[in-house]
Amino acid sequence: MNSALSIEQQQQLRRLLENGLPLTSRPYQVFAEQINSSEHAVIEHVQGLAEQGLFRRFGIVVKHRALGINANVMLVMDIEDERVHQVGEALGEAPGVNLCYRRPRRPDWPYNLFCMVHGRDRQAVEAHVLELLQQHNLQQRPHHLLFSTRAFKQRGGRYNQTGTI
Amino acid sequence: MDEFDRHLLNRLQHGLPLVRDPWGALAAELDCSAERIRQRLQELLDDGTLTRFGPMFDIEQLGGAFTLAAMTVPEQRFDEVTELLNTIPAVAHNYRREHVFNMWFVLACPTPEGIQHSIAEIEALTGLSVLNLPKEKTYHVGLHFPL
Repeated sequence: MNSALSIEQQQQLRRLLENGLPLTSRPYQVFAEQINSSEHAVIEHVQGLAEQGLFRRFGIVVKHRALGINANVMLVMDIEDERVHQVGEALGEAPGVNLCYRRPRRPDWPYNLFCMVHGRDRQAVEAHVLELLQQHNLQQRPHHLLFSTRAFKQRGGRYNQTGTI
Repeated sequence: MDEFDRHLLNRLQHGLPLVRDPWGALAAELDCSAERIRQRLQELLDDGTLTRFGPMFDIEQLGGAFTLAAMTVPEQRFDEVTELLNTIPAVAHNYRREHVFNMWFVLACPTPEGIQHSIAEIEALTGLSVLNLPKEKTYHVGLHFPL
């Protein structure tokens, strides 16, 4: 990418971005001062990163539990190979499904489709999952609800040049 | 949390405008002052409701890799194994779940080889085998919580 910033400035900016935008009226101006560049060059560089698809999202990170979202379940299902794509697309669009992935089955793990469903409490989440299974005609497929009972470590995927994420 | 908070957080979960004055742009959308937004966000940061604002880098686009992994940890060893995993930088999330596989965690590494390395390290440290379930296809990623 053509950028007005040097490689070193780009790396500095990436680290600053990972820590989040300052709560000031001109956050990119603050960054520009810190990396000895201009606001315009910084915004242009960040836009370039966004256009390259380097951001999963650009917004806030909320702590679910602080917002009263107390239950999360990983719904796992064994869906026939010929149908898993179609089912995955449908469930991925369904309200309340926050993440939907296909993963491999293993000798001691028979499930290939994973959905995360969050909600205010366990009962609400359970009811919602049942409804989803019914709507998509999946009650008869082998499935399992893995509720989480404790979270030990929660952090967003961060990336820096020293090697850890 | 009041009506204003709900509006603000719902809006922010869909992303921050990438402009010179993002808080001013939001203020115009939400019909309030930028000062009020900044002040409220600072409070929500201070009380731990929010952790930060800004871009979340897609580490796969940067050459990094993720996987979902699980282990069957004997009950009497659960706390000890949790502590061990907490010391490994590649472990990004760790949840206890109700299943024979009772410990579920995400590994995030700067390179795909890093994943294999971390799994081998965890197996060596704990003496337990790791179920490695890398994603094969993403159907949806959108952690939006309507408030």
